[in-house]
Amino acid sequence: MKNKSIKDVLTSTEMINVYIIVALSMVIGSINSNFLSVATVITLSRAIMVTMIFALGEMLVIVSGGIDVSFPAVACAALFVPIKLMVDNGINNVWFAFGLAIIIGLVFGALNATLTAVVKLPPLIATLGVSSLINGGMLAFFGSKEISNLPKAVDAISQKFLFTYTAPTGATYSLTVLFLIPVILCIGVALMLKYTMLGRGIYAIGGDQNAARIAGFNVVRIKYFVYMFAGAITGLGAMCYCILCRTANPKNLMGSEMMVIAAIVVGGTRISGGHGKVIGTVLGVVLVGLIQNNLIMAGVPAYWQKFVVGLVIVLGTSITSLKAKKIAQSAKV
Amino acid sequence: MAEVFLKLEGIKKSFGGVRALKGVDLEIRKGEVHCLAGENGCGKSTLIKVISGAHDPDEGNIFIEGKKVENLKPIDSIRMGIQVIYQDFAVFPNLTVAENIAMNRALMTGAKKMDWKEARKLAIEAMEMIGAKMDPDILVERLSVANKQMVAICRAIINDAKFLILDEPTTALTAKEVEKLFKIIRKLKEKGIAIMIVNHKLDEIYEICDKLTVLRNGEYVSNGDITEYDRARFIRDLTGRDIEEIKYSPEEDENEILRVEHLTRVGAFEDVSFTLKKGDVLGITGLLGSGRGELGDALFGLAPAQSGKIILNGKEIQIHSIQDAMNNKIAYVPEDRLTQGLFLERSILDNTMAASIKNYFKKGKLDYKAMEIATDDWIKTIGVATPSAKPAIRTLSGGNQQKVAIAKWLNTSPDLLVLNGPTVGVDIGSKSDIHAILHRLAKGGVGIIVISDDLSELVQNCNKMIVMRNGKVAEVIDNTVDETTLADMLSGKQGG
Ligand SMILES: Nc1ncnc2c1ncn2[C@@H]1O[C@H](COP(=O)(O)OP(=O)(O)OP(=O)(O)O)[C@@H](O)[C@H]1O
Ligand SMILES: [Mg+2]
Repeated sequence: MKNKSIKDVLTSTEMINVYIIVALSMVIGSINSNFLSVATVITLSRAIMVTMIFALGEMLVIVSGGIDVSFPAVACAALFVPIKLMVDNGINNVWFAFGLAIIIGLVFGALNATLTAVVKLPPLIATLGVSSLINGGMLAFFGSKEISNLPKAVDAISQKFLFTYTAPTGATYSLTVLFLIPVILCIGVALMLKYTMLGRGIYAIGGDQNAARIAGFNVVRIKYFVYMFAGAITGLGAMCYCILCRTANPKNLMGSEMMVIAAIVVGGTRISGGHGKVIGTVLGVVLVGLIQNNLIMAGVPAYWQKFVVGLVIVLGTSITSLKAKKIAQSAKV
Repeated sequence: MAEVFLKLEGIKKSFGGVRALKGVDLEIRKGEVHCLAGENGCGKSTLIKVISGAHDPDEGNIFIEGKKVENLKPIDSIRMGIQVIYQDFAVFPNLTVAENIAMNRALMTGAKKMDWKEARKLAIEAMEMIGAKMDPDILVERLSVANKQMVAICRAIINDAKFLILDEPTTALTAKEVEKLFKIIRKLKEKGIAIMIVNHKLDEIYEICDKLTVLRNGEYVSNGDITEYDRARFIRDLTGRDIEEIKYSPEEDENEILRVEHLTRVGAFEDVSFTLKKGDVLGITGLLGSGRGELGDALFGLAPAQSGKIILNGKEIQIHSIQDAMNNKIAYVPEDRLTQGLFLERSILDNTMAASIKNYFKKGKLDYKAMEIATDDWIKTIGVATPSAKPAIRTLSGGNQQKVAIAKWLNTSPDLLVLNGPTVGVDIGSKSDIHAILHRLAKGGVGIIVISDDLSELVQNCNKMIVMRNGKVAEVIDNTVDETTLADMLSGKQGG
């Protein structure tokens, strides 16, 4: 944007996130000198990478004017079902694991899209329904017992690293190869949103669905794309989670939707749709991840962490919505 | 005779129980400017949406360039060369001006990639054509109504359309921009493009249109060359009655309702003083940016004045907020009804009661019966075309939405009523009904201020007028002035 004033840039939600992240890092770092280190970066990257993948899909749904609270349930199914099948039938193939996880995500994404775009249920109701459908199904078929011995080929991925860092203390920190997945996805989604008509269509239907329809966008098709894409990468993220944990748990991820949605909104995405950027979501996820994982290094007791996470979410989301309100009421040009 | 571009046969369309179109025929030829006229709610916008594929007709045939089309979708109609400027603009508030303007072209050509450079170029080109000055990178949600309308116009005219439909394209524009738009329309017409316009301003219709089709209540009434219609016949066909156009001239009365002294808000208006006596309907006019709208905003506390005095019914009052204004029984019909005036998803009743709800509490309970009676009353007096008070505002026609915006404030029984562009998009029959209500209120001692740039409305409706230029009162005149002189005063070509 050529004409954006410096003030606009400096007060953008992205920059506010950057300020908070830097400030928070300095505070933690001044209390605990171990914090400002390569090791922290590696552990934090590993800790937030799955959230990042989920957040990316969820952000697309929110930008398009919807919401998807079914992804934790979809993720549980997408990681447990393939592993269960593989263990029971002696299949030992990584591509099978990832492939089936993605297919499961696509199927439930298509179901979400059908319910919202064709049946025209409100997205919250539709995805809530799908969520409890999956949840019930999982419980009925598989119970709640986790599988702790993953197929060998799948488990082997957890030992593949991009690089290993040895700290002065002698401890080693390794960054998993799976970290490439969120990186590639972020770049891909950012480019898609900015430079393809499909991406612009997602913003258009989030801004004014009726205007988008009469302008000639195929609203139904765009919604199918959004929900199915979100489903697919949820499947992908779920399998990564399974590999990082080295167990397949049928319900561990349940309840993670609030934190993911909060991170997205803290990153400047408007919950009412039409506004949101990948870079903002990355920063939101980093910020929430930092608080969740590293506040303990500053000596903050565990029960206060929840409080601080809540505080940041309240503040972050307030900034986003106050900004929207200010624009709505400001003098028009 | 030129070829027919569009032919409609027996188009019917109902919404639930409301029969919006009851079998309409229409023929538009290449190179003609065709006016589609009719009262508010007669089905003009609905017909346009049928042509653009936004609504499926219940019955009837559509022929485009001689070929029958079925199951028309918006994208099909766009690909066949039809471009529409919708009454509610249908722009994207969350996207930039440039992207909004370029969007139609990209969809028309079926582009897969978004070319930002090209979009900017196209937008600047379109804005130059019509003389709009906007930052192409600003989000549309930050634009005024007038500029939003400009965006809607730009994105339709920049594409090489074969048929251009304009649904009340000039509601927010001032004379200068209307002239530019008409110039563009004439150029397109010479190129053999078919054009259809909906407009409630008769002067503009006579200026630009060749042909006329009149609808009433979803039915065809008459059609012909514009030359076959004199004003009287036009009005009769439109409304089914005769409407006298008489100037408002109340008896002199020395009782002062409102006195404003040296009102100033830096950057908006400066040292504005005037008085309003019992019976006066005071007009405030001026070009865009003259401070006329800002003065209205200040009287209602939206953007309060910083210095000066406001004396209402002999008492000096302080207005620092909307709450202050409402406590002093000041009512304000804003310019932008869609985003400031109305709750689109709520019913007519809810909207009519929105500013006066506190008058309906009886022993801590809402008196629904009284609210229903009052709303039904307004629906009748102000002529809202609706089967009941229940439908959501969104389902009303544009003009009827405006009428509810007025009713909402009339229902507060104000001491001072400020109306900013009160009859924008309202048909001439209802316009004269609304004027009659304003005159009756004025005679009863309510101060009425009409802010407008519709000169014929001002001359007819106000007995006293203030012309503003550059934030200052430039002239104070009575209604013996004619429109041409008034227009010159606005731009500063005449008067002192
Ligand atoms: N989506 C809808 N749902 C229900 N009723 C509708 C809808 N759209 C239009 N109507 C009704 O159809 C009728 C025709 O409306 P339309 O908008 O076509 O009028 P119009 O001629 O364009 O009027 P105006 O001059 O006020 O713009 C009105 O009675 C209106 O209430
Ligand atoms: Mg209309």
